[in-house]
Amino acid sequence: MEFTEQFVQQLINGISLGSIYALIALGYTMVYGIIKLINFAHGDIYMVGAYIGFFAISVAHLSIVPALIVSMVVTGILGMLVEKLAYKPLRNAPRISILITAIGVSFFLEYVSMYFVTPQPRTFPNVMESTAYQLGAFVINGQQLLIFVITCILMVLLTYIVQYTKVGKAMRAVSFDTETAQLMGIDANRIISVTFGIGSALAAAGGVLVGVYYNSIDPLMGIMPGLKAFVAAVLGGIGSIPGAMAGGVILGVIEALVSGFISSTFRDAAAFGILILVLLFKPSGLFGKNTREKV
Amino acid sequence: MNRLRMQDMKILVASLVLFGILMALLGGGVLGAFWEFNLILLGINIIMSVSLNLINGYTGQFSLGHAGFMAIGAYMSAVLTTNFQVPFLGALIAGGLAAMLLGLLIGLPTLRLRGDYLAIATLGLGEIIRITIMNIQYVGGAAGFMGIPHKTTFTWVFFVMLFVLFFVKNFINSSHGRACIAVRENEIAAEAMGINTTKYKVMAFAIGAGFAGVAGGLFAHCFYIINPTSFTFMASFNYLIMVVLGGLGSITGSIAGAVVLTGVSAALADLPEFRMIIFSLVLILLMFYRPQGLFGYMEAADMKWIKRLKGGRK
Repeated sequence: MEFTEQFVQQLINGISLGSIYALIALGYTMVYGIIKLINFAHGDIYMVGAYIGFFAISVAHLSIVPALIVSMVVTGILGMLVEKLAYKPLRNAPRISILITAIGVSFFLEYVSMYFVTPQPRTFPNVMESTAYQLGAFVINGQQLLIFVITCILMVLLTYIVQYTKVGKAMRAVSFDTETAQLMGIDANRIISVTFGIGSALAAAGGVLVGVYYNSIDPLMGIMPGLKAFVAAVLGGIGSIPGAMAGGVILGVIEALVSGFISSTFRDAAAFGILILVLLFKPSGLFGKNTREKV
Repeated sequence: MNRLRMQDMKILVASLVLFGILMALLGGGVLGAFWEFNLILLGINIIMSVSLNLINGYTGQFSLGHAGFMAIGAYMSAVLTTNFQVPFLGALIAGGLAAMLLGLLIGLPTLRLRGDYLAIATLGLGEIIRITIMNIQYVGGAAGFMGIPHKTTFTWVFFVMLFVLFFVKNFINSSHGRACIAVRENEIAAEAMGINTTKYKVMAFAIGAGFAGVAGGLFAHCFYIINPTSFTFMASFNYLIMVVLGGLGSITGSIAGAVVLTGVSAALADLPEFRMIIFSLVLILLMFYRPQGLFGYMEAADMKWIKRLKGGRK
């Protein structure tokens, strides 16, 4: 019984961590789907989101939901700005150049933030009573519940935008074939910009939720979750939105199980191990489409 | 003697003269301990960037796990000299071979991947190496491996660096090197011409990894202590910046990149945030205005003004 209990408890922890990975992974997967760029700076956008949430709560004294919205809007604009300034001039450059630029943008965001907010970790203000709910033998706390609820709302919203609105339709068209979409009268640059905005807003939500969950944020907090969210996106099949959601949750659960049953130091190694296994055996991921390489 | 040999001899003589001057300055006390330390670091960085350039620049395989191989070499050689009293040269070679072997093992499956997938897979592998080392208590785990004898001197670094530079240069000018460049230019066309692309990709990867291991050995014997945190992917990015700044596919470029980055790092050691902000802006602006790096595919010996200089002397 002991084992089952611990297992389910780790499952709960894993799903809440995984929801956050999923929120970040969505940005990766959407951007990759459209311009085939691994946006290395995405993890740092998430960090900026966490800081904006932090200042919205501690300085402007907003409660959690308005703070979340403020952070998502501001970070979304930042994401669009990054795209406009750093990636758009390189639209026709070789992929490696854009990848290196993304690494540069990542460093830039990290160290500019470090300059402004100091490298010391900050304690995220307590936004809610940390009540623990007993579900039979298992404990689920308020923060975890908040993460589930907000993640679910955002994912439903995203699915609605992508599937049922005009912008969403255009996004799907651009990701399917940019040139043809442009011939059909879609402004690809605007759609790419919107995609960055939405992806960054989701990452910001993830950042604020992580702040609420772990109570601590620092300027380099985005590096690891950023990379792991990329792993999640690859696991789910890069370019696929349901894939990113599933991949994030699966990765979170695997990590929680590894740190619960083996050793927490191997947590990061597990994520990268999954990445390599996926890339070697099923590079299209769980939900991805098989693409044949063209000459 | 053909033209290339002549050029090699000239470069060798020039390097030895440079070495003599630097040694005289160090011995005479003109350049103090700070300079000596930075010169050693510069030599190690040059080895790292040139070996990474072999993989990223000449063979076109984007690797982001170079610091992982450095870690293997560093720990291997440190354990050998500290616990088994192996001579320094033997330990360096063993460290290099260990990293090379690992590069071979890792390269075989992962080099099937392309572009950004390879980048992220090598990044992951570099991190796995580091985390594994962190969990081995025999080498001190997360606290680091202590009590390493201090054996790395400027002389050691300089001559190992010279060896690596000539090795890579001759490799590039050999038929193997040509094959690697062909893989970079167009993998499918290279394959159609009968080049075993997997073989050359893995070969370049293993050689690059091996030299990173040697650089790791030099690095370990310079600090008394090595710590897994020295070999994170941030370190790999640092070497990548050197290679990209200098030019993917230019040995002169890699040397220049290492000199610039080591110099800027030393100058801004007190302002680490500024240093990174400057690096990141340089990287972004470089991609905008000069994506091929400072030297592109050129070597110093091929440049017009150098040739003109030579022409003038005749």
